[in-house]
Amino acid sequence: MHYTIDPGLYALGNPSKQSPVLVTANYKMSFDKLREALPGRDMWILVLDTKGINVWCASGKGTFGTAELVNRIESSGISQIVLHRELVLPQLSGPGVSAHHVKKLSGFKVIYGPVRATDLPTFLDNGFKATSEMRLKTFTTWERAELIPIELVGNLKAGMIVIPIFFLFTLLGKSGEGWTNTLGHGLFSILGMLTALLSGAVLTPLLLPWLPGRAFSVKGLSLGILFTIILSAFGWGDWITRTGRIEILAWLFLIPAVSAYLAMNFTGASTYTSLSGVRKEMRWALPIEVGAGMVGFILWFGAPYIA
Amino acid sequence: MGQLIYLKDVVTLKLDQKKCMGCGMCLLVCPHAVLGLTNGKVEIVGRDACMECGACVRNCPAEALQVRSGVGCAVAVINAMLGRKNSSCCCVIDLEEKSVDPCEGSTDESRASCC
Repeated sequence: MHYTIDPGLYALGNPSKQSPVLVTANYKMSFDKLREALPGRDMWILVLDTKGINVWCASGKGTFGTAELVNRIESSGISQIVLHRELVLPQLSGPGVSAHHVKKLSGFKVIYGPVRATDLPTFLDNGFKATSEMRLKTFTTWERAELIPIELVGNLKAGMIVIPIFFLFTLLGKSGEGWTNTLGHGLFSILGMLTALLSGAVLTPLLLPWLPGRAFSVKGLSLGILFTIILSAFGWGDWITRTGRIEILAWLFLIPAVSAYLAMNFTGASTYTSLSGVRKEMRWALPIEVGAGMVGFILWFGAPYIA
Repeated sequence: MGQLIYLKDVVTLKLDQKKCMGCGMCLLVCPHAVLGLTNGKVEIVGRDACMECGACVRNCPAEALQVRSGVGCAVAVINAMLGRKNSSCCCVIDLEEKSVDPCEGSTDESRASCC
């Protein structure tokens, strides 16, 4: 649990009885980002017990919530340490904290600070006022790029199961064609799966605002189709045989389906999708993705027999 | 690049203007500038930008706002359908459609991908 720090009151620099009190989660990175944003400042930091989880997650869950805050105000003895009765909370703790209830229960006034810790110095210097820009949760290209490794690792774990299965099926289904051919098919299936992964879990997140459609599945689907076309145009010269054409068709189902599914799963990492929206998207997207995936797999596996 | 907008006309956010006292707390907590204040009353100015986080509802002392809040995470919805409480994804959604548990049981970095 080295991502966790002990909840309680911390002093940043040399705080006095008048120094502001900032509240944060006991996820180490939340705490560190807060400290790093305030070099040379004297203030109090009240760390809540959010089970080592970041502010936004914890507030959605309620662990960064009214009850924990009120209890922590009490147990930290902050009311004896400072003379004022104000706490600066990260704006993204709003889903968990009810400012008027905190006031009623503890006497402390909750002031919502900016979304990003890096805006805190300006916020503090402007008399606890955040500009409208500071209040917006963005999802910039860089912020999306930062999420890609995590997405990739998670999906590669699943890929470690799926890719060998495809390889195994190649060996089973196409061994009649000779070893070199079988190996070629097997390697191509790996290439196909990696293409889907690249399309759905890397490039869709990265190119999100510029891809067509609002639903993430549509974004992933269009990129998947594009990649399959590129792959089938350059990747291999199997257009001649009927089996080859069926296989191309199979990948035309498989890659977009997987890409769309992975893109859909990126909704969880995004900062602007609503649950109602995700449910609506999934109602039509999930059956299509699963269906297209199954059709693709049947075509792929059955290609030598159908032809 | 302007604001990213998800699906249109799906958001469950409701505002009862008669109850609104115009304190403006909801404007401060909303991360997507969904609400605006004109002539002492709040109005919904960017409905489709709402991500149903529920911050405005929780911080409205007049109970003028309503939303079915939750985390817009497809993996969590799938987990809920499959009846899984814990998984590699951090968000967990109750089948009741009401309470939402992001980050359940997750201590590694994967939480960041979901919440």
